[in-house]
Amino acid sequence: MSSTMRDAFVTSTEEVLADPRTTVVLADISAAAFEPAAARYPDRVINVGIREQLMVGVAGGLALTGQRPIVHSYAPFLVERAYEQIKLDLDHQGVGAVLVGIGGSYDRAEAGRTHLGPADVALIDTLHGWTVHVPGHPDEVRPLLRDVVCGQDSAYLRLSIRANARAYPEAGDLRVVRDAGPGAALLVAVGPVLDAALAATADRSVTVAYTHRPRPFDTAGLRALAGTEVMVVEPYLAGTSARVVSEALADRPHRLLSLGVGREDLRRYGSAEDHERWHGLDAAGLRRSVDTFLG
Amino acid sequence: MTTTTATELGALLDRVRAGREFGANVYSTLDVLQVLYDRVLRITPATVDDPDRDRFLLSKGHAVAGYYALLAARGFVPPEWLDDQGGPASRLGDHPDRTLVPGVEIGSGSLGHGLGLGVGTALGLRAQGRTEPRVYVLLGDAELDEGSNHEAIAYAGATGLGNLTAIVLDNRSATYGWPGGAASRFTVNGWSAATVDGRDHDALHAALTGHDDHRPHVVVAVVTDGE
Repeated sequence: MSSTMRDAFVTSTEEVLADPRTTVVLADISAAAFEPAAARYPDRVINVGIREQLMVGVAGGLALTGQRPIVHSYAPFLVERAYEQIKLDLDHQGVGAVLVGIGGSYDRAEAGRTHLGPADVALIDTLHGWTVHVPGHPDEVRPLLRDVVCGQDSAYLRLSIRANARAYPEAGDLRVVRDAGPGAALLVAVGPVLDAALAATADRSVTVAYTHRPRPFDTAGLRALAGTEVMVVEPYLAGTSARVVSEALADRPHRLLSLGVGREDLRRYGSAEDHERWHGLDAAGLRRSVDTFLG
Repeated sequence: MTTTTATELGALLDRVRAGREFGANVYSTLDVLQVLYDRVLRITPATVDDPDRDRFLLSKGHAVAGYYALLAARGFVPPEWLDDQGGPASRLGDHPDRTLVPGVEIGSGSLGHGLGLGVGTALGLRAQGRTEPRVYVLLGDAELDEGSNHEAIAYAGATGLGNLTAIVLDNRSATYGWPGGAASRFTVNGWSAATVDGRDHDALHAALTGHDDHRPHVVVAVVTDGE
C-alpha cells in the first residue's frame, strides 16, 4: 500500500510515462517528487515554475499535438486560478487533459484560506463532459489514474490526505457498503467521508453507498437504491451534487439532504480534522444532521 | 510559392466586411498574414492535419476578418463562407473556432491564451522528436497587457524553446504602451528579436525567418499608419 494518495499518484504516473504520449506538467508543486521521472523523461516531465495559467495553457498545446497531459498542483491554484485556461485552453479547443489536485477543501488547514479549495469540484462541474474521481483511499488512486490517462477526455482526480480505513477499488458506480433493506433511507458518501458516514449511521436504518466518481454520477444506481429519503455527503462544497441527484430523481417525490463543506471563510487554522468538525463532517456532526433530517 | 495579391485579398475582405467599418486591428494585421501564408508557413489545405505542418496560432482572435480572407484566398475555406460571416449558420464568428474552420489551429478571442498554447504545442512537437515544424503565435501589443503572456515569455526564454516564434503586431494600442519597445520584454528573457515595419513585406520575411533554433524568436511588426 502506498503511504499517501500523493505518493500513489507519483508512482502511478511514473508507470504511465512509459507511454510516449503521456506528459506531466507541473508548476513547482511536487517537482521534487517527480525529479527521477524528469531525469528519465526530460521532454515529458515539464515544470513551468510558479505559473499556473501557463501550466494549463501548455497542457492544451500538448494535447493539440496529440500528447496526453497530466497537470498537477494544489486544487485552488490548479482549478480556481487557472479556471479560464481550463475552460478555453482545454474544453474550447476540443482537447482533454488529466488534472490531479491535492490540498482540496481543508487538507492544508494550517495554511489558511489561500490554500483551501472546497469549490474545485463545483467549478469543474460548470464544464461539460468531465469525469471527476475522488478516491477515498491511497490504493484507489492507481487504477483511477491509469483509467483516465488511457482516455481522451478530461478528468479531474482529487487527492486528499483524508482517507477511509479500507479501499474500494471498483466504486465508480454506487457501491452498497451497508444495506438497511427495502425502503430505508439512502446515504451516498463520496470519497474519504465514508468512514465518518458509516460511524454516524451505525445504529440507524440507513443504507450507505460509496462512490469515488461523482461525475458522471451513477444516476441509474441512485434510482435503484433511493427511496424517499436521500442524503449525499461530499468532502467539498455542500450541495455540489444536489443538481444531478435532483435531476435523477425529478419524477419521484423525495427529500434530499446535501452535506459538505460550507461557503464561509472561517478564518481559522488548525488541522483538517478540526475543519471537518467545524463543517459538521465528522461522525458526530453527520449524526446530528442525519437525526434532524430523518427525525 | 504563389502569392496573394492585394487586389484578391481586398475583394475577399470586402465580402467579409459587407458594408461594415473595420478598425485598425483588421487592416494592420493584413500584411503580416500575407507574408506568413505566402512565404513562411509550411501549411496548405492538404496538410491541415499533418503532424509535421507548421502551426500558426492567431492569439488576437478579434483580428479575424483578414485571417478569414487569407484562409479563403489560400483555399482553406470556400470564399462563399465569407458572405455570411457571423450569421446564425456561419462557421466564421467574430472570433475563430478551431473545430469549425479548417486551418485554424486554436479557438481564440479572450486575450492572452495563444502564447501558452503555442509553448505547449512547441513542447509537444519536441517530445515527439519533430524538429521540422515551427510554431508561430500572433499577438497584439495591447494583448501583451495580459499577464499570462509574461508567464509564457519567461518560461520559453529560460528553457530555450527554439521552435517558437511570437509575432507582436504593434499598432500602438496598449493603453500604457511598452516603453523601450515590446521586444525588450522578450529579449530580457533570452529571446532573439527583430522589430520591423509591419507594412514592409521583405523586412517582415527576413524577420520571420531570422530565428536561430536555439532560443525563441519574436518579431515586432510596427504599424503606425492607417490606424
